[in-house]
Amino acid sequence: MHELSIALSIIEMAEEEIARQGNVQVTAIHLKLGRLSGVAREALLSSFEMACEGTVLQGSRLVIEDLPIIVYCPKCDAQRPINSVEWFLCPVCRTATPQIVQGKELQVAALEIAEALPA
Amino acid sequence: MTPVPRLLEVRQNVLKHNDVVARALRERFRDAGVFVISLVSSPGSGKTAFLEKTLTLLQPRFRVAALVGDLATENDAVRLRRSQARVEQIVTGTVCHLDATMVEKALEGWDLHALDFLFIENVGNLVCPASYDLGEALRLVLLSVTEGEDKPLKYPTIFNGADIAIITKTDLAAAVEFDWVAANDNIQAVRPGMQVLSVSAKKGEGLHDWLRYLSTLCDRPL
Repeated sequence: MHELSIALSIIEMAEEEIARQGNVQVTAIHLKLGRLSGVAREALLSSFEMACEGTVLQGSRLVIEDLPIIVYCPKCDAQRPINSVEWFLCPVCRTATPQIVQGKELQVAALEIAEALPA
Repeated sequence: MTPVPRLLEVRQNVLKHNDVVARALRERFRDAGVFVISLVSSPGSGKTAFLEKTLTLLQPRFRVAALVGDLATENDAVRLRRSQARVEQIVTGTVCHLDATMVEKALEGWDLHALDFLFIENVGNLVCPASYDLGEALRLVLLSVTEGEDKPLKYPTIFNGADIAIITKTDLAAAVEFDWVAANDNIQAVRPGMQVLSVSAKKGEGLHDWLRYLSTLCDRPL
């Protein structure tokens, strides 16, 4: 269970960006989450909600985009999505391949910002 | 006037800080000429016994040291120090994995040039350590025969992220009717092409093959 420390890192990252942008209010954080990232989606969502309390991000949403695993198949010379983390096989020609093109992502892609009204 | 939402692109890795520290560690290790190996596995799969034997066998010819992570106690460090190697315990408290900053902190004041091999034993956990790069050159995942052959399928991320798999406690394999073919198939399913070695730290079987593998890999003749 390391999702809480991941959630804290996400909040810290957003807070830094908020400081850089001046007086802005973040309403949502968009996150790319690969299936091989080692992070559990549901645990991250509840950790995020808990960790936001009392910060400037309280009430903001964490929007998670799940990224499938994509491998490179040397036989087909093509990138192929795989459906199961348990079988690193090309879905077309069944060649085993360890070359991962996508799936390890754990990345803050964007912040949704509501411009603050002039005081 | 209602505020208009706008999207601000960030595109930053959440574990950026860990990755930066890990990269710096990797460079430091390379400059100092020390080969760094980390070990991950579930609790009780024999990491400490395997490491104690490895340190003891390397000790006469090489300068070896180890960092060992646990939530509590210095027990593993005490065991490993019997090998005469320098051993530092990292007590993580409630944290379920080691990260690069913990490694960096534990190595404060060390002269890395005075070492040939440094081993980092992670907290026993097949989930969380997968996300954290520690700056190591080689990551071993251990699987004991008593755990069952399907562990790689249940925890694919950690097996996929490792460089070599070591099957431990082979002296118990017959007693638990360990299925070698199934174990190897499952490892190859989640990490095609992965090298698999097997050892019994208790009986000594397989240890020399492991040391030969290590010696070839880092080009340090035994």
